[in-house]
Amino acid sequence: MDHDLVDPPLLSMPDAELLSRLRDGDEGAFEHIVTAWSPMMLRMARSFVSTQPSAEEVVQDTWLAVIRGLDAFEGRSLLRTWVLGILHNIARTRGAREARSVPWSSIAGDEESALDPSRFEAPGGPWARHWTDDGAPRPWQPSPDALVIASEIRRLLATALARLPEQQRTVVSMRDVSGLSSDEVCDALGITAANQRVLLHRGRTKLRAELEHYYHGHDSRGG
Amino acid sequence: MSLRASVSCQELVELASDYLDGTLPPRLSRAVDRHLATCADCPTYVDQLRETVRLLGALRISDVPTDLLDVLERAWTEARDGNR
Amino acid sequence: MTVGERSPVELVCQDLVALLTDYLEGSCDATTTQLLDSHLDGCPDCREYVAQMKAMIEQVGYVPLETLSPGTQQSLVEAFRDFHQSPRPTAP
Repeated sequence: MDHDLVDPPLLSMPDAELLSRLRDGDEGAFEHIVTAWSPMMLRMARSFVSTQPSAEEVVQDTWLAVIRGLDAFEGRSLLRTWVLGILHNIARTRGAREARSVPWSSIAGDEESALDPSRFEAPGGPWARHWTDDGAPRPWQPSPDALVIASEIRRLLATALARLPEQQRTVVSMRDVSGLSSDEVCDALGITAANQRVLLHRGRTKLRAELEHYYHGHDSRGG
Repeated sequence: MSLRASVSCQELVELASDYLDGTLPPRLSRAVDRHLATCADCPTYVDQLRETVRLLGALRISDVPTDLLDVLERAWTEARDGNR
Repeated sequence: MTVGERSPVELVCQDLVALLTDYLEGSCDATTTQLLDSHLDGCPDCREYVAQMKAMIEQVGYVPLETLSPGTQQSLVEAFRDFHQSPRPTAP
C-alpha cells in the first residue's frame, strides 16, 4: 500500500527509466518525485531536527544535493533509497548541530506493555492472560453513512498520529502512511529491525486504542 | 534558493576548518552539508581533519598551526588524486 | 520469535496482542505463527482485535502528510531547470 509513493504511471516506471529521464533534465519527472516523496521526507527530517522550518531546509538541501549528485549516482540501489540516504546524512548533521534532545540512537526499550495489562486476566488462574470480560475488544459498529465515518476516522487518526511520541510517529508514518518496507525504514533511519518493530508496534497499538476510544469511550490507559 | 550556493571539493577543503568549528555562515554550512552528503571523498577528509584535532588534544582547529594544516591538505589531495 | 524461555504449549490473548505486529508482518517463526493461528481459531475477541488493528492500519494509510510549500517546491523545480540548462562544470 503506497498511498503517497505510487502515482501511476510515473512511479510505476522502472528506476532506470526514471533515472534516465531525470538525467535528461525532464522537469516533469523531477517535479513528480518531489511531490511524491517530500511529505515522507519532511516527516523523517522532522524526527532528526528540532523545528519544522529546519526540517523543510533539510528536505530542500536534500533535493539540491540530489540534483547535483544524480550524474554520479551509480544506480546500485533504488533511487528512493539513495535520496533517503542523502536525507539521513543531512538531517543527522543538522540535528547534531542543533543539539536535538532525543537522538535516534536512544530508543526506549520495552519498559511497559503497549496495551493496559488490566484488560487481561492475571497470571495463575485458568484464564490467565486472556481478555477479561470488560477488557475484551467490542466490535466497532459503522455508522450508516460510510463516507462520513471514513473522513471522520481519518481526521481522528491524523490527530492521533500527530500526538504519538516523535519516533513512533515517524516509523508509523513511513511504514503505514507512506508504505515503505521495514528494511527501507531501518536503512533510512539508521535503526535496527528490533527497534523499528518496537516503535511500529507501540504506535499502532496506541492508534488502534484511539479509534476504540472514539467508538466506545473505552478506557485504554497504557495504550 | 540558488545553486550558486554550492561548493566544489577544492573549496570544501578551504572551508573544512571553519565548518568543523561551526563558524561558517549558515548558508555556506548547508552548502557543505549538501556536498558531503553526495561526495565519495570529502567526508573522509573532514573525518580525518576532525580526528587530527581530537588527537591534538583539546585544541580548537583554529589553534592548529597553518603549516600543519597545509601538510595535511597536500597529503590528502595527493592521496585522492593518486587514487583516481 | 517466541515468548518465554521454553516453548509454550499455547499462546493466549495477551501474547497475541504483544506479537500482533510481527504476526501481521509474517515475521514470527513457524511455531509461534501456528500457535497464534490456533488461538485465533478459538478466540472471537482476538479475531475482533486483529480485525480492528487491520482496519486502523488501512485507514491510517490515507492520512495526509504535510507537504513542502508550493513556493519551495517551485524553487526546487527551477533549481533543477537551471542546473540542466547551464553549462555543467566538468570535474568537482
